[in-house]
Amino acid sequence: MSVDQATVRRIARLARIAVTDEEVPHLMGELNAMLSFVEQLDEVDVTGVEPMTSVTPMAMKKRADIVTDGGYPETVVANAPMTEDHYFLVPKVVE
Amino acid sequence: MNAIVDTRTLDPKKLIKGATGDWEVIVGLEIHAQVTSQAKLFSGASAEYGGEPNSHVSLVDAAMPGMLPVINEECVAQAVRTGLGLKAQINLRSVFDRKNYFYPDLPQGYQISQFKSPIVGEGEVIVDLPESGGQITVGIERLHLEQDAGKSLHDQSPSLSFVDLNRSGVALMEIVSKPDMRSSEEARAYVTKLRTILRYLGTCDGNMDEGSLRADVNVSVRRPGEGFGTRCEIKNVNSIRFMGQAIEYEARRQIGVLEDGGSITQETRLYDPGKGETRSMRSKEEAHDYRYFPDPDLLPLEFTQDYVNELARHLPELPDNKKARFIKEYGLTPYDAGVLIAEREQADYFEAVAKGRDGKIAANWVINELFGRLNKEGNDVATSPVSADQLGAIVDLIGENVISGKLAKDLFEIIWTEGGDPRQVVEARGMKQVTDMGAIEKAIDAVIAANPDKVAQAQAKPTMIGWFVGMVMKETGGKANPQAVNDLLKTKLGI
Repeated sequence: MSVDQATVRRIARLARIAVTDEEVPHLMGELNAMLSFVEQLDEVDVTGVEPMTSVTPMAMKKRADIVTDGGYPETVVANAPMTEDHYFLVPKVVE
Repeated sequence: MNAIVDTRTLDPKKLIKGATGDWEVIVGLEIHAQVTSQAKLFSGASAEYGGEPNSHVSLVDAAMPGMLPVINEECVAQAVRTGLGLKAQINLRSVFDRKNYFYPDLPQGYQISQFKSPIVGEGEVIVDLPESGGQITVGIERLHLEQDAGKSLHDQSPSLSFVDLNRSGVALMEIVSKPDMRSSEEARAYVTKLRTILRYLGTCDGNMDEGSLRADVNVSVRRPGEGFGTRCEIKNVNSIRFMGQAIEYEARRQIGVLEDGGSITQETRLYDPGKGETRSMRSKEEAHDYRYFPDPDLLPLEFTQDYVNELARHLPELPDNKKARFIKEYGLTPYDAGVLIAEREQADYFEAVAKGRDGKIAANWVINELFGRLNKEGNDVATSPVSADQLGAIVDLIGENVISGKLAKDLFEIIWTEGGDPRQVVEARGMKQVTDMGAIEKAIDAVIAANPDKVAQAQAKPTMIGWFVGMVMKETGGKANPQAVNDLLKTKLGI
């Protein structure tokens, strides 16, 4: 598997990363190097093996349905560039 | 995903007439139902509606670096209960995935959802159609758990959007139906029924004004007998009435396009209730590339069949079962039983009135007198001025022949406005029905003596007896037992 320049641009846009036209060929090379490295795994026969989502053989931890957090709006918005009445303010995004 | 199967047989009555012939509308729904819980799906912040901006937000919900999600076990139980209520397959192992997209009210940059392995699989909902009559079965494709996003306000400033994350991370159940509905009425009836089931289970409050229940509506049209057409999705409809209007409009729009020789492009649309039309959301060409992958912060969600059985054992009686029981135990018509079970509180009220009494009379009083009056005043059963005990006493007084049906209505009115014990009110105001045959006979004799011409008429034409009954009732101040009056009059008049 390998990616072309159009795919590189598309991935960058989906990830909201600004990529200049000059950077594209270089990034394409890097991505393809990573892909071919990972492709070595294709040599392993995984017929009948269930896809693994975690390496830890343990059950997922659960929490009780109790309110234990929140109530600190000033902390939540503390790092925001722009706020008003504890709202985050962002450039208008209406459709 | 399962293959899409057409489970319905064509019903010509449901077709829409176009300029060049008939069309069939196909509807499938994705319902987002907010899980009833104290805390959010993956954090300990409050899931309560409203609140000061960003006050129900933990650092997990705000997606601060290093924060990890931990699942709320009650939200899992609620999803399983809902699955059981939908007669659906419960998956003992399911997986959370990340659905990636950018939006300011989604601080993580992804929504934690379930894509490949949902917690609940296929089920079904039986839906009564109040307007056209009959019953349909709507298949459930799946139910999965996911996080809600925050809320953006766009009308506070000309150049800025205001973002409040209070809703961010609240647990939602996305309930996906199969494309099994063939009219706007069917879709409305399905959502109404689903809402009833959720409210019975206590897994979602069904409050559409607060956005606890929202629908994405998939609509397509086709010529009868053809395969499914291309669908459009109408996003975020938050009222059952608007959903009906949106489907009607969208079906007409698609028929218009097709009959003019055009074709339907699959797209997302919005319904504008003010204008009564759907319009295309400016389509971002890559909007649907969500790049799902298993969330590495979460292990698979696993539980045992014993856990499911235990939840099943504590499930409340479901609407369909209650309806069947009301029909069997109280001799109700399916229609009356359907009205009573629509809300659990209504059904409970009815049962309190009907216990140990005549179920049909109880149903009649609860539906016609009580619900009629409550609707008129914009009240509901929970705030009814007439309690189930009081209404039960009125029904008893009718059954014991103490008051006539007509006086019972007057009595209901008195209890509604003034309250009190119905028995004492009847006693105190002399509303008791006259069953003393001597008194009734006296009144009959007086009426007969005063109207010899009518007597002759009645003997010639027996239906005239109604006039006499009316006169005698008037004479006794409406308190005579009408049946007794009728019987005695027949003897006296010789008819």
